[in-house]
Amino acid sequence: MRNIWVIAKRELGSYFSSPVAYVFLVIFLLLTGFFTFTAGQFFERGEASLAAFFGWHPWLYLVLVPAVGMRLWAEERRAGTIELLLTMPITPWEAIVGKFLASWIFLGLALALTFPVVITVNVLGSPDNGMIFAGYLGSLFLAGAYLALTCMTSAMTRNQVVAFILAVVACLFLILAGFSPVTDLMVRWASPAFVDTVAAFSVVTHFDGFQKGVIDTRDLFYFLSVIGFALFATSIILRNR
Amino acid sequence: MIKIENLVKAFGAKRAVDGISFAVERGEVVGFLGPNGSGKSTTMRMITGYYAPTAGKVSVGGYDVVDSPLQAKRLIGYLPENAAAYTDMSVHGFLEFAAGLRGLAGDAKRKAVARAVERCFLSSVLHQSIDTLSKGYKHRTCLAQALIHDPEVLILDEPTDGLDPNQKHEIRNLIRELGRTKAVVFSTHILEEVDAACTRAIIIDRGRIVAQGTPDELGRPLDEVFRRITIPDTVNK
Ligand SMILES: Nc1ncnc2c1ncn2[C@@H]1O[C@H](COP(=O)(O)OP(=O)(O)OP(=O)(O)O)[C@@H](O)[C@H]1O
Ligand SMILES: [Mg+2]
Repeated sequence: MRNIWVIAKRELGSYFSSPVAYVFLVIFLLLTGFFTFTAGQFFERGEASLAAFFGWHPWLYLVLVPAVGMRLWAEERRAGTIELLLTMPITPWEAIVGKFLASWIFLGLALALTFPVVITVNVLGSPDNGMIFAGYLGSLFLAGAYLALTCMTSAMTRNQVVAFILAVVACLFLILAGFSPVTDLMVRWASPAFVDTVAAFSVVTHFDGFQKGVIDTRDLFYFLSVIGFALFATSIILRNR
Repeated sequence: MIKIENLVKAFGAKRAVDGISFAVERGEVVGFLGPNGSGKSTTMRMITGYYAPTAGKVSVGGYDVVDSPLQAKRLIGYLPENAAAYTDMSVHGFLEFAAGLRGLAGDAKRKAVARAVERCFLSSVLHQSIDTLSKGYKHRTCLAQALIHDPEVLILDEPTDGLDPNQKHEIRNLIRELGRTKAVVFSTHILEEVDAACTRAIIIDRGRIVAQGTPDELGRPLDEVFRRITIPDTVNK
């Protein structure tokens, strides 16, 4: 446990030791603002909810999360510090989880900084704040799932750009499997049962519940499995480096 | 302290290390010599648990490096060949991080960092960011990391690489002094270091031990001995 924290602390420190972290936070907030108020037509909807805000998160995170996570292992491999890290008296799991947690905390911070939209919607109307809380929780798990996949792709290469692209592709699969334009296409040639099975692997399907204010243990279980599986795959990749 | 038996590491069809066996006891400083690409770094990476051996056994302080990696790694201080360090950290931050992973905290951590800084002459750059350090200082920072927990076993891959003559001298003295109470293995291409710091030298060539013994046993001058054992084979091939 202690080792996980030592590693996470260093990783967080390295985010904030460069201006990139602050630039990222600003871009994150600008993009969420743009998608919510302009593309999501927050005001025109005339409803006191954050549907316009959360609805875009699977797409927004598609680029932002891999951008945060791509350096986690690729940079260690490029700089050779991985040799130092993995010859320390720690288990590979502690290193993997420590790094994952640091980036997740960073993403959590970015998400927390969107609090003005919550205030706005509360000033303008009387929204269901439980629903908003569920949305935030779902969004955090969504980011965690993407981030774990990014950890995995980052461990495969010493090149951050390659890690980024692979992560975007992996996350895109998780979206498209349950994205209605795609599923509508699929039902033309596949049985509905098959389409449902594929969609069950999609983040969109499982994020929907949270947006409606429902915290379903099956959805939580799904996100935790994706995270667990991807981090496990990371450990296998690192062992066969 | 270190025991290696029939160690083999293959990269594809190539055997970088091909059946090496030796043992190092406390109080010994073993110089690890060999031409470029002879398998020195690969052997050291297996001792420190970075590479898994293809065959053979490594144990450190009685702990098998593959079966009980944590116990073995606790005993080892390691300076990798590239002397990599987190460039976005300061020297002080980096050493504190290393001390943290070594399980040190509070006062013990402060003392450990101070001692390593003093031993590796880093006090003038303590709060400088590592990516702005000169090569020699970077190297010393990584060496300080290896010494931070006062380990019983030291594995140093070219510890004097990139240092100025004064620092080379200081680090050699440091290695000799540490060797009185610890088991030290260091690789080098500078043969005079063998005389200056080692109790024993092992020469390897293409993954195999071709000579070992005290500097006196190997014969003099050392560089002629080295050339005689390692080059003729390559030329004849
Ligand atoms: N990860 C790897 N994949 C493939 N081959 C490798 C790998 N690491 C080392 N080798 C090969 O193993 C051989 C031994 O390399 P090693 O780095 O151990 O040599 P060395 O004795 O340390 O050389 P130097 O004096 O140049 O540091 C070399 O031929 C090298 O190309
Ligand atoms: Mg080497």
